[in-house]
Amino acid sequence: MDVSFILIILLFGAVATYFVGDKWASKAALLFSTAAFAATLYVIYRYNIGEKVSYFHTWISKPRILLHFQADSLSLAMTALTTVLTPIIVLTSFGNMFPKTKSFYALILFMAFAMVGTFLSTDGLVYYIFWELSLIPIYFIALIWGSGDAESRKKAVVKFFIYTFAGSLFMLVSFIYLYTKTGSFLNTHLYNAHLTEKEQFWIFLGFFLAYAIKIPIIPFHTWQANVYQKAPAVGTMLLSGIMLKMALYSIVRWQLPIAPQAAAQYKYIFIALCIAGVIYGSILALKQTDLKKLLAYSSLAHVGLIAAGAYTLTIDGFRGAFLQMIAHGFVVVGLFYAAEIISRRYNTGEIADMGGIRIQSPKFASMFMILVMASVALPLTFNFIGEFEVLYSLAQTNIWFGVLGGTTIILGAFYMLRMFQQVMLGDKGAKVFADVTFGEGFVFALIIGVLLFFGVYPSPIADFITPDLQKVLLHINQIN
Amino acid sequence: METNLALLLLLAPLAGFLLNIFAGKKLSRNLSGTLGTIAVAVSFAVTLFFFMQVSSTKEPVMVNLFKWMTLANFDVNFAFQLDQLSLLWLMFVTGIGTLIHVYSISYMHDDENIHKFFAYLNLFIFFMITLVMGSNLLIMFIGWEGVGLCSYLLIGFWYKNQDFNDAAKKAFIMNRIGDLGFLIGIFIIGYLFHSVDYIDIQNAIVSGSFDVNDINNMTWLGVATLCLFIGACGKSAQIPLYTWLPDAMAGPTPVSALIHAATMVTAGIFMITRMNFVFDLTPDVQNIIAIVGAVTSLIAASIGLMQNDIKKVLAYSTVSQLGLMFLALGLGAYEIAVFHVITHAFFKACLFLGSGSVIHAMSGEQDMRNMGGLRKVMKVTFITFLIATLAISGLPPFSGFFSKDEILMTAFHHNKPLWVIGSVASIMTAFYMFRLLYLTFFKGFRGTEEQKHHLHESPSLITFPLVVLAVLALVGGAISLPGSSWLNEYLAPIISHPAEHHALGTTEYMLMGVAVVGALVGIGLAYAKYIKQGFVPVPDNEITGFAKVVYNKFYVDEIYTAIVVKPIYALGAFFKNVTEVALSGFIFGLGKVANAIGAQGRTVQNGSIGLYLFVFVLSVCSIIAYIFLK
Repeated sequence: MDVSFILIILLFGAVATYFVGDKWASKAALLFSTAAFAATLYVIYRYNIGEKVSYFHTWISKPRILLHFQADSLSLAMTALTTVLTPIIVLTSFGNMFPKTKSFYALILFMAFAMVGTFLSTDGLVYYIFWELSLIPIYFIALIWGSGDAESRKKAVVKFFIYTFAGSLFMLVSFIYLYTKTGSFLNTHLYNAHLTEKEQFWIFLGFFLAYAIKIPIIPFHTWQANVYQKAPAVGTMLLSGIMLKMALYSIVRWQLPIAPQAAAQYKYIFIALCIAGVIYGSILALKQTDLKKLLAYSSLAHVGLIAAGAYTLTIDGFRGAFLQMIAHGFVVVGLFYAAEIISRRYNTGEIADMGGIRIQSPKFASMFMILVMASVALPLTFNFIGEFEVLYSLAQTNIWFGVLGGTTIILGAFYMLRMFQQVMLGDKGAKVFADVTFGEGFVFALIIGVLLFFGVYPSPIADFITPDLQKVLLHINQIN
Repeated sequence: METNLALLLLLAPLAGFLLNIFAGKKLSRNLSGTLGTIAVAVSFAVTLFFFMQVSSTKEPVMVNLFKWMTLANFDVNFAFQLDQLSLLWLMFVTGIGTLIHVYSISYMHDDENIHKFFAYLNLFIFFMITLVMGSNLLIMFIGWEGVGLCSYLLIGFWYKNQDFNDAAKKAFIMNRIGDLGFLIGIFIIGYLFHSVDYIDIQNAIVSGSFDVNDINNMTWLGVATLCLFIGACGKSAQIPLYTWLPDAMAGPTPVSALIHAATMVTAGIFMITRMNFVFDLTPDVQNIIAIVGAVTSLIAASIGLMQNDIKKVLAYSTVSQLGLMFLALGLGAYEIAVFHVITHAFFKACLFLGSGSVIHAMSGEQDMRNMGGLRKVMKVTFITFLIATLAISGLPPFSGFFSKDEILMTAFHHNKPLWVIGSVASIMTAFYMFRLLYLTFFKGFRGTEEQKHHLHESPSLITFPLVVLAVLALVGGAISLPGSSWLNEYLAPIISHPAEHHALGTTEYMLMGVAVVGALVGIGLAYAKYIKQGFVPVPDNEITGFAKVVYNKFYVDEIYTAIVVKPIYALGAFFKNVTEVALSGFIFGLGKVANAIGAQGRTVQNGSIGLYLFVFVLSVCSIIAYIFLK
């Protein structure tokens, strides 16, 4: 069994989910996504014992377009993140009734398929196709099943689509240019394209635009908050939990090794931009009155820090960024799920209309609290590990980067605890809040379990990804 | 065997936490409290065992569990170090912890969430043990942030009250400012020493592999110790990060006694003592520590003069006493600071628990203006409170006399102005503590008839811990008598440069005399004002002039709000209303163009934008394919 099986399971699952009909769609989606995760684990097991799990096939011989799905620890880690979060995300929507259920769940699986393809592809053009393909399902999910006024939702979603699509075109141009230079789209060939400094600069920038919009990094983030707020919870989770990691992953997989000199030369500028986003997002989060928007800006701050870590070109920054990507994926899904549970019960996203929930559901309050603590990177949560490594790498690059990036631990506590107080505490108690159901509790327990386990014992993941990160770094350093 | 015992020491409170969190609701109130108490008592017993062992062997017990984090420069292990210093701290953390758990069984008996209370208290002990027991700075940091979390949970224990929640939030955020300092300090130390293990760092300095003559090294080391000190300021409530501690009194009184007096707030002193070999290398930072400590002790003591809430007085007194400890640290007299930590833990825990007993009897009243005359009804509380008050005021032979006197003596030999500041603060302490004592326990009762009717001595679960602590406050000074100090000898392996211990000469006896006379003056003033004149502090709205400024804590909170919090919100508003709108408008302008194309596409494709988009992607790909194929 090689990695292509994971893709096949997800794609077949999407089709099957559509055809089993509305009644069984959610269960089918859960089944196939769980199967994909199981397959991922098995593939990782085989990879670890040294068996071949990559899949190579020449799709088109001229131009050489290759269906190369390269399994290394980095792509496998991201694949695992996608396939473990997908069933969780499917589970979070179980209590909800959706119109056109079968399409909804089929799109989730299709999205997972596209994202896994993005992580695994080593051929630039195939990678690009998967990258764009993943836009289509999320576009529909946000548009059709989103909340609020249909007209403003459409505006937000279309803006998001056009914006990210436009950004990706710059990446496409970069790929085409690289093809004219090397005659190949394969990443290992592109790594050794021997580009001049000027070429590297433009290529670097082309990739950067695509990634900066997707992640997003300021000032390219304006699509984000509105889409996060208006998309259904599932869409927001897919976007923030997994999709934006496509771009963060791609920084390390494509952008930096293809243009290593530009990466080294301009790293201070890009790190500074990312850190500015950390502070900017945190301060904006303080002023939000809508819970989902607050979480969106909080996410903006956190991913800014991850990107900053990747741009440091240090092993600590790389490793921290990857660990933080995984941790952030879990915590952000958990937080948006909590937001969803509240807004489902209260029919509002306005923080001012909430309060007094802890009295009524201490269980929910405890679980939400743990997620808040993970989000502010309390030690012994997984998020601390990544954040610590990233901040350490930043401080090594320049002590002020460490200090300014580190303000996230103060500002993060500020806006998260403020939010928690307004949403959960007090004794307003005017509105009845039903206690969490077993299903809801199960999802939270799953997420919290992962966050605490790897917070105490991150080595299985950290040791898994380190060698391949070192390879990337070695390549960058060799060229410089 | 040692590993298992160490794990038992660490994990027993965690087990207590899990038990009470998951099953507490089903347990009876007393059982819930008893289990929580047993969990800590187990840790205390194990601590005692290790304490005996290490006292005789002089060899620290090292426990290495597994690798936690990997960084380019160093690895971080889950590893623990039971040596003289950590065991000393564990002794009073688990010992006083057990007493306060016992006390809480009665004190919190009527609270519906008593099981949560014990769960959080156990969790706190777990993190405190982690903080103290770790063998490297990052394990300490786990405990450091963990106790901050527990402090947050316990200050806001009565979460229905949003004022209490504000206090909890403030404590957490202010601590985090310090924590950032701590983190940066760890980064620099990790970078300089290629390790964050205490032993490695010390070895690098001793062996010379860390070059102490390298200017660059030493500059960075100075920055690192300064950053660590900022961390200590947050946790141990020193200027400028002290304002959270008085607000933290919103928590239940046992919490104030355990966390905000005896244990957690001493973490900063622990950290600096733990790293004494590094701080010794940066005398400039030591000077800063000494000055900050002395000034804090004076400012806090002066605010304490005017407070009318019984717990607020004790809170400012704690800040002030912590300031004295930092003064000692800054002077390089680590063992003296530790000495004062211990005696302070005894008498301050006793005072807080005593105030809890009073508040209990007064049906929740905390304003001393409504108390008075309680010594007649609450004999045990009064006597224990008196002993602790004498101890904190620094009268011989009570424990506080010895430890405070050592600090002042050291200050005198190093720097006279600091000695003056410390002495003035001590006189103030004697004054406000006796003011508190007189207002609470002497003269006639000033509360309502209703309260008077309910007045009672507290049950034995409450008075027992008071008696134990009062005895310790009385005799605790014996661990470090001038001239023959058990403590100094015990700590010798930990402190690389012990402070000079001056033989008891004329100067020393004179200094003692001055200190005692000073304390008596403070007590005398309080006696004259509150007993002789029978003065009772006026209601809030009648306070005027400078007294009002002091009563309102020099408006420091208001100043912080004006210069830090408000600007952040203003910036947030600016970002939200200006930058976001501008950026979004710019992009939207581009978007409109695209939207117009999209609208056409929709009509062409009969409204199916998806198909249109899909075709778009495909055609882009095929155009490329075409270009390259030809």
